[in-house]
Amino acid sequence: MFEIFTRLADWTIADLLTLEPGTKLADAVHFFVEDTTKIFFLLVIVVFVMGLFRTMLSPEKVRGYIEGTSRGIGYVLAVILGAVTPFCSCSSVPLFIGFLEGGIPVGVTMAFLITSPLVNEVAVVILGSIMGWKMTTVYVVTGMSVGILGGILIDRLHMERWVEDYVWKIRMGTIAQSEVDGSMAGRIRYAWGEVKDIVGRIWLYIIIGVGIGSALHGYVPQELFAQYASADNPFAVPVAVLMGLPLYSNATGIIPVAEALIAKGVPIGTVIAFMMSVVGISPPEFIMLRKVLKPQMLIFFGVFLTISFMVVGYLLNVIFA
Amino acid sequence: MKSFKVLGSGCKNCVTTAKLIEEKAAALGVVVDIEKVTDMATILGYGVMSTPGVVLDGTVVHAGGIPKTEKIESWLRS
Repeated sequence: MFEIFTRLADWTIADLLTLEPGTKLADAVHFFVEDTTKIFFLLVIVVFVMGLFRTMLSPEKVRGYIEGTSRGIGYVLAVILGAVTPFCSCSSVPLFIGFLEGGIPVGVTMAFLITSPLVNEVAVVILGSIMGWKMTTVYVVTGMSVGILGGILIDRLHMERWVEDYVWKIRMGTIAQSEVDGSMAGRIRYAWGEVKDIVGRIWLYIIIGVGIGSALHGYVPQELFAQYASADNPFAVPVAVLMGLPLYSNATGIIPVAEALIAKGVPIGTVIAFMMSVVGISPPEFIMLRKVLKPQMLIFFGVFLTISFMVVGYLLNVIFA
Repeated sequence: MKSFKVLGSGCKNCVTTAKLIEEKAAALGVVVDIEKVTDMATILGYGVMSTPGVVLDGTVVHAGGIPKTEKIESWLRS
């Protein structure tokens, strides 16, 4: 089904640019053309289709679904909804306050916020089509587990004391439901708006991601990775996670980088740990969350994620060795 | 005079919403007062979780996205 993108890349090299096949440049260009076209194609389709159903997943509705469930179910529901609800870090603050005001525990709310950037339907489809379903399943399951574990810890350690005090004083009254135009035309208009909005927001991450992937693919020798990033090197996982911390990309943008790393023989655990570190911890989200969380909670949040990503890396490297 | 409040964290859609109301009001010759509210506590206090939201003379009339032109016109004509 995705052969057309490989053929397009073949054609670009052979006929359009007349590059010698097998050279470094040809390899890099092939990777770039195939991945860029495939990712943008899938991105538009998935965002559009999800956009048609999106009205079911507004933050108000999600709050309504989780509100009143028991804690145990709350965590699981929160990470599942976090995975399918798209939201940018700019809406994390109203969402956080809205959840708490609805009586949803801090841990359940944080489970949602941890999972939301890590796992989303667009990334899942693209990951599946590029890296196969095994890798995708592993990624989704570990991402959700980290979210649930983080949420449970936050509640068990009674971290609600590290939520800014003003948050608890906010009373929302009647919740204003978002505007819904349920007609087919309205849904299509909305879905198309989502496509423009999301593509406009993340296209640069994808281009940069594919660019880095192409460069790794074409120019970095496999031996280099074998020497430094193999499972034999006990420092490879922590170094990968620490390198990923200051970097920030959307989950979709990091996939081509991961693809190139896997192809170079970097172990799956190390690659997933790196991916999660890049997408799961982002400076912009931390700055936003500082408005509602005291520094202690932010530090816990950052340290917890860093350690969990390292554990995930080691664990998966052992399981898939 | 109609008093509008546009609720939003300062995202692009919020700026667009305020501009749309301003333009429509000018086109229809209605005098309006538009205030941008960025304080989260105030926004949530109106019960709005999805921004931009629009408040007309103290009542929330819209939430979650840029309002349609017809809707803005109906507010201005009401």
